Amino acid sequence: MTIEDIKEILGARFIVGDEWKNREVHTACGSDMMSDVLAFMKDQSVLLTGLCNLQVIRTAEMMDIVCIVFVRGKMPEDAMIEMAREKEIALLSTGHRMFSACGLLYEKGLRGGPTYQ
Amino acid sequence: MSDKIKVFYEVPADDFTRAGEASSNLKSMLKKMGMNPETVRKVAIAMYEGEINMVIHASGGTIDVTVSQEEIEMVLKDQGPGIADIEMAMRAGYSTAPDKVRSLGFGAGMGLPNMKKYSDELKIESQVGIGTTVTMKVKIQC
Ligand SMILES: Nc1ncnc2c1ncn2[C@@H]1O[C@H](COP(=O)(O)OP(=O)(O)OP(=O)(O)O)[C@@H](O)[C@H]1O
Ligand SMILES: [Mg+2]
Repeated sequence: MTIEDIKEILGARFIVGDEWKNREVHTACGSDMMSDVLAFMKDQSVLLTGLCNLQVIRTAEMMDIVCIVFVRGKMPEDAMIEMAREKEIALLSTGHRMFSACGLLYEKGLRGGPTYQ
Repeated sequence: MSDKIKVFYEVPADDFTRAGEASSNLKSMLKKMGMNPETVRKVAIAMYEGEINMVIHASGGTIDVTVSQEEIEMVLKDQGPGIADIEMAMRAGYSTAPDKVRSLGFGAGMGLPNMKKYSDELKIESQVGIGTTVTMKVKIQC
């Protein structure tokens, strides 16, 4: 699915990255712990998180994550928005909570990584 | 060819918002050099975890990076409290991070396991009360 599809499914809105809305997303990861996210290396993924600080953008940058969805209506600060724009990471904000946001995307066929051993 | 590129970073203490600048800078540099994206990502993640650890567990430090034809070596040095039991610190889920750090999104106890996972070689030398030196090497894939 594309970033635009994610936006539609979650009734989200673009904070940054309207111009990258046709980029493909292959997998998803939902977490508020950044090292948990960093354990997961997959191409072209979307990160769903309730955490809202600069290190979320940094983490996405290191992982080449294409889109971050802030759940529970969280809104990033200007410094985060600026960094995301520079690194070409789309930012979305949705009113859904984590569980529902992940469930809605899963229902439409988006998948996470493999099970932990 | 024996050409080596050396880069030096200082990681400031107690500045959580600036943590990750060194890793970001190195990532951009390697990308510009046209290095394989998978290698770049491994280096970036491993160094970022180490850089964050220096900020949240120690009082910042320094990072020496050497890029050669075959590999990227990162040496992260700090003068923090040191790690008493390295084997225990390496366990997934082990963390001494206080609640304040957890609320910032760190303290899952996954940083060192990630550094091991994404590097081809990881060496940790630490002395309690003196500091920690983490050396990581990542082989360059073609
Ligand atoms: N540079 C360091 N100086 C002192 N102690 C450290 C250092 N790096 C790691 N440690 C110790 O090792 C533990 C495990 O580190 P690790 O990076 O795996 O987890 P964490 O930093 O606590 O959480 P996470 O990395 O998941 O956010 C830390 O909680 C800390 O006690
Ligand atoms: Mg850590």
